[in-house]
Amino acid sequence: MHELSITRSLIAIVAEKASGRRVLRVKLELGRLCGLVPESLRFCFDLCAQGTSVDGAHLEILDVAGRGQCCACGGEHPLQMPIGCCPGCGSPTLKIVAGEELNILEMEVL
Amino acid sequence: MCVTCGCNQNTAPPTALRLTDVQSERERDEQGSTKARSDAAQGVGLSEPVHPHTHMHADGTVHTHVHEGDHAHAKDDDHALDASQANGRDARTVALEVAVLSKNNMLAERNRGWFLGRGVFALNLMSAPGAGKTTLLECSIRALHPEVVVGVVEGDQATTYDAQRIRATGACAIQINTGTGCHLDAQMLADALERLQPPAGSLLVIENVGNLVCPALFDLGETARVVMCSVTEGEDKPLKYPHMFRAADVLVLSKIDLLPHLRVDLARMVDNARTVNPKLRVFALSAYSAEGLQAWYEWLRRCAHGTKTPA
Repeated sequence: MHELSITRSLIAIVAEKASGRRVLRVKLELGRLCGLVPESLRFCFDLCAQGTSVDGAHLEILDVAGRGQCCACGGEHPLQMPIGCCPGCGSPTLKIVAGEELNILEMEVL
Repeated sequence: MCVTCGCNQNTAPPTALRLTDVQSERERDEQGSTKARSDAAQGVGLSEPVHPHTHMHADGTVHTHVHEGDHAHAKDDDHALDASQANGRDARTVALEVAVLSKNNMLAERNRGWFLGRGVFALNLMSAPGAGKTTLLECSIRALHPEVVVGVVEGDQATTYDAQRIRATGACAIQINTGTGCHLDAQMLADALERLQPPAGSLLVIENVGNLVCPALFDLGETARVVMCSVTEGEDKPLKYPHMFRAADVLVLSKIDLLPHLRVDLARMVDNARTVNPKLRVFALSAYSAEGLQAWYEWLRRCAHGTKTPA
């Protein structure tokens, strides 16, 4: 359940940046290959926010699809998992170019 | 003021943070507001005292409402926020662009610098519970003594059993009990390093909490990551837990003395691991039969010697 400790970090960062102002919304960029389950994050978010200035805030998740670039032929392809071979040339050396994002993009405060 | 979306936010006070207007997501510093008013006066925006306009929200809903007072709108003035969230009159969006793991990653870099400065080679040893991490460490410490000084940071949810086993080999060990935590993080390691104070030129092994999922996400500042998988776990483990195997530099396949009793294809297990991570260095060994241990010990020796600072 690494979502719990990651959500704690998320809440701590947002609360610190909000400097006591009430947070209404947090926009998170979440790559599909970063190993986090959005539903678990939402569950933990509500839990971890209790008693902080983030309590009751809406967690908006910007879903980022996975993409890999083949180190052999340079072709870019969609990736559902952080594994796979290049559909173009068959090489297993795919470098992930998108889908590992885990960033707080913005927050809305009162 | 719009009661549906709470726009008309053009009186934001100056702040050090980059503020983005709730309705247009444009930067709305003092200069921006002035420009908007200037545009409005020139007829670029709408400047009637009372005027209707229509918005489309990010979710596709559209509504029309009436503003009182003069303020400017950019063309295509879509709202980025949902009405219920922007109910407060002074709600504003603040751009952050912060990595959620930034604090851990910063602390990990500090640990990495700590290791570099002292010439300590730090291994982050990760596996599912019961793969044989502690057993491999016990025989490794004994085999490398006194040539390589080994220190161990043990991570478990509870008990000091593993640290006691390591201490029985003569090596120094610190136990971290994470309670409900399922992984070690960079702060925990930094705290352990303060206590353990591994000497220059030594090998530090961080035995992470037994878990094939969570530890993969947390950089500790280690020099290399080792994932261990016993052959009893099955050849499909690398495919089922790709994040861990992708994050590792080295794969140790343990308990190979049990292969004759199992329907596990070792070569296929290695192939699966390399499908996930073609760069993996692989050791297949058994701490019980000692098969494959020499190659592993040799690698550990090279790790420790490679980081020794010149006298």
